[in-house]
Amino acid sequence: MRLEGRRIYKGSAEGEAIVTKDGLSFYGGVDPDSGKVVEVGHELEGQSISGKVLVFPTGKGSTVGSYTMYRMKKNNTAPIAIVNKQIDTIVAVGCIISEIPCVDLIDINKIKTGQKVAVNGSEGTIEVK
Amino acid sequence: MKLTREDQEILNGKHGKAAKKSMEILITLGEIFDAEDMVDVVGVQIAGVSYDNLGEAGLEFLSEMADDGKVKVLTTLNPAGMDRENWQVLGIDKEFAYNQNRAIEAFAKMGIITTCSCTPYLIGNSPHYGQHLAWAESSAVCYANSVIGARTNREGGPSALASALTGKTPRYGYHLDENRHGEVLVNVNVSVTGTDEFGVLGKIIGDRLGDLGKKIPYIAGMSSATIEELKSFSASVATYGGAALFHMENITPECDKYPKPHEIVFDIGQVDLDKARSELIDDDGEIDFVSIGCPHASIHEIATIAKLLEGKRIKKEFWITTARPTKKIADEAGFSKIIEDAGAKFAADTCCVVAPIKGRFKGMMVDSAKACYYGRAKNKFKIKIGSIEECIEEALK
Repeated sequence: MRLEGRRIYKGSAEGEAIVTKDGLSFYGGVDPDSGKVVEVGHELEGQSISGKVLVFPTGKGSTVGSYTMYRMKKNNTAPIAIVNKQIDTIVAVGCIISEIPCVDLIDINKIKTGQKVAVNGSEGTIEVK
Repeated sequence: MKLTREDQEILNGKHGKAAKKSMEILITLGEIFDAEDMVDVVGVQIAGVSYDNLGEAGLEFLSEMADDGKVKVLTTLNPAGMDRENWQVLGIDKEFAYNQNRAIEAFAKMGIITTCSCTPYLIGNSPHYGQHLAWAESSAVCYANSVIGARTNREGGPSALASALTGKTPRYGYHLDENRHGEVLVNVNVSVTGTDEFGVLGKIIGDRLGDLGKKIPYIAGMSSATIEELKSFSASVATYGGAALFHMENITPECDKYPKPHEIVFDIGQVDLDKARSELIDDDGEIDFVSIGCPHASIHEIATIAKLLEGKRIKKEFWITTARPTKKIADEAGFSKIIEDAGAKFAADTCCVVAPIKGRFKGMMVDSAKACYYGRAKNKFKIKIGSIEECIEEALK
């Protein structure tokens, strides 16, 4: 299934999707060393987002979150691509400075955790396999 | 987005790696927010300076940008996690000081003036009416838009840096007339004076804006306001309501420029002020720390403090947080000596919000509603708001 959205940051990546219906704050909500979500009560609490295609509605929290994403990229704990329903500035800036392919304006209900997803950030499309 | 030839050249890397990355950030933001083009900015204020917030991740990013990045416009810096000269006296540990200085050095390498203050408008990064800016620091954004009538969105650390290194920002949001109209009419039916009371008023209006899902209040009924009162109000309404702009009848420069809102109206009276003030005073709060200067104290506030402390001796930890240039004026005027002889300490370059002081104190008294919010949320202090005079009485007790 091919879904069309909007290009946020260029590049392409393919991998296993991890999907949540909760918003995500990288600053304080994700441990940049382990790549695990640590926000108490979050749907993904305790799960690793490293090396996955991370699918969530939108970002939240402090603007420092962009830097956390950059640190994850340097630590090799970052997701390989990000798909959002509606991008926010923190995640957008985080993807640009960390060079993580990113697409938004996607109906994320159509993606399930564990599915293979190819993200084409340059075209703003994704392919659910 | 329509890009000029210069924008395109920056994007192609002609002005270096850091400028290219910056232009990518600005274009992406512009596309998200439907900006037509870029606008030149005359000044930038950068937030995300305290190592406590930045961490090793932020520092790595800054170092990479500092490789070949140089500012194109006047750029100043938000408070750091410590006083750069007096940090040992204030109990900041060595490792933190080392890391904080690494961050400040990276900013300096890019040509950023390391003022480390949340009140750039008091110390030379002083825009004029109608000028475009890219400022981070929510209180300064609100002050610049509202009190000066300059134009800036609420930038984050990386987007403000991107504007500094290119001299541009995408034209959307508060840069456009159509987004600067008052949305909610607030009738203030009671006299409001003092930095603490303006902060309390900011909390009432900010909380209501949040409930209403609105951002721009038009405030009627205020008879006068000082720079210090407006500074406190800006900080508070930005903290509690996410506001980046307000209009105040007969006080702020754009108050008559747009139609007065009339669809959503609410009144504020003495009862509301009393209730909001009581929400900023914790019961059973034992005060062991007093802090004035959120946002950073002006020279006028420091003069007032000196007058109240002259010949006295305080009994509690008491910080005056201010910009280093303001501290230097206080030194020359003799205010610093009076204040330090009384036992109070200056904490220049930093403040009670960003310094790593969690757990060091039980209860904090301040004249700032913004400091109350962060004192509770970030530092887990009990808090108490009062006028500058009441804060000093508490410190003397």
